[in-house]
Amino acid sequence: MANTIVLQVARYRPEVETEPVMQDYDVPLRDDWSILDGLNHVKDQLDGTLSYRWSCRMGICGSCGMTVNGEPKLTCATFLTDYAPGPVRVEPLQNFPVIRDLVVELGDFMRKLPQVNPWLVREEELPVSHGEYLQTPDEVDEYKQFSMCINCMLCYAACPVYGLDPEFMGPAAIALAQRYNLDSRDQGSPERLEVMIEPEGLWGCTFVGECTRVCPKDVDPAGAIQRYKLTAATTTLKRLVFPRGAR
Amino acid sequence: MSNRASYTEFHPRWYRRPISTWWWLGKWTYLAFILRELSSIFVAWFVIFMLLLVRAIGQGDAEYQRFLDRVDHPLVVLLNLVALAFVIFHMVTWFHLTPQAMVVRVGGRRVRPRLIAASQYIAWLVVSVFVLWLLVGG
Amino acid sequence: MSAQTEPRKSRPPVEPFLWLGFTSGGALAALFAPILLFLFGVAFPLGWIDPPDHDHLVAVVSNPVTIVVVFVVFSLCLVHAAHRFRYTLYDGLRMQHLNELIAVLCYGGAVLGSVASAYVLLTVA
Repeated sequence: MANTIVLQVARYRPEVETEPVMQDYDVPLRDDWSILDGLNHVKDQLDGTLSYRWSCRMGICGSCGMTVNGEPKLTCATFLTDYAPGPVRVEPLQNFPVIRDLVVELGDFMRKLPQVNPWLVREEELPVSHGEYLQTPDEVDEYKQFSMCINCMLCYAACPVYGLDPEFMGPAAIALAQRYNLDSRDQGSPERLEVMIEPEGLWGCTFVGECTRVCPKDVDPAGAIQRYKLTAATTTLKRLVFPRGAR
Repeated sequence: MSNRASYTEFHPRWYRRPISTWWWLGKWTYLAFILRELSSIFVAWFVIFMLLLVRAIGQGDAEYQRFLDRVDHPLVVLLNLVALAFVIFHMVTWFHLTPQAMVVRVGGRRVRPRLIAASQYIAWLVVSVFVLWLLVGG
Repeated sequence: MSAQTEPRKSRPPVEPFLWLGFTSGGALAALFAPILLFLFGVAFPLGWIDPPDHDHLVAVVSNPVTIVVVFVVFSLCLVHAAHRFRYTLYDGLRMQHLNELIAVLCYGGAVLGSVASAYVLLTVA
């Protein structure tokens, strides 16, 4: 095995370019190095002007999402040796506007997330004297998978529907709504449904399934969305048939 | 946070990557998805084909025999073979996506995904055998 | 509590019902289409299996249970196809600007097909 690998990195400097250009860097091919280690080597030793986001380098902060050889990946969790002999193409995360080099603008998701009320909603808050809200292990299991989301946006990069129609709510936002819907402590399902029942909410999803395939935390947003569709449809049906029925 | 970037002297111009009309050729998974969606055309053809058959039946034995002869044409057989392939593709993807799309509980416990898929195949077998018997058997 | 950025439409949502039609149609298509297409599209024309004779088919098709089941299967399969095709045009061919026209053509086609099904089934006997 050679001891270096070429990283083909997308550069975009808005002050000098109108379009991204590719730039090659030779980085050491160490078998414990991730793509992120390679990028850090570039920044430290080769080209300090490269801009990119990263933080925990252990797959929990969700900052380092980029497109590696066409696939959305966490660069801290993707290893150089998997792409040997290379070259490895590193581009910004798809479906988001590029600010500079590998940095994308995530404002769209930041605006969508609060719309689904991603917090516990109670009709009536119980007093502190009541104590904690208790949950059985089975009740936790209902929503636990969907609570693993680290907001890394790989699912949005993979989702063709979001790419074609940025109005679409998107996988992570809907999965997070479902995380709270399924939480036994929560009573906010009707309010979330108001938002989700719009055409750009749940129904934009055509179950491509790419979001689940690329999710580094096995959240399965596609499954969450389809289950939510069934709940939304049956709830709407019930409301139609029993307009004054219980929620 | 504003929706639109108001570009000032110090605000960088964001680059929005254009998405081509041929986006679905970019990855195998996208292509498989589009083919799955296009199976809907052949589901519609299945209904139309069946309606033509029922209409021929309604018009008498001669018309029914003429229908069977017309359907024997190589191009029609080819169309129906392609339709059959797509419809089977629809069936297989449908049976394997259902467990992901719904949580089924029996007696308070979650049914395993493989069991949900298997039970649909069994249902398909039962329906197919019944239709076969209804039309050809007895 | 919820952050509402747009005024909510007051008319009842139609997408949930279209989706229910799509789902049930998809299940029925998966169950019925393979065997029927195989028999009438391949096996009978190519002589692999002897086709049923006309009298037998008339008896089967004019049975009221058959008429109801077949009508339901055909209608829901058409709704399924219309729904899926509509979204394929919207996403695959990026025809968002023709959204309303596509919806009318697709679901309208499904409705026409269902009406045709009923007519054809009821005029067999």
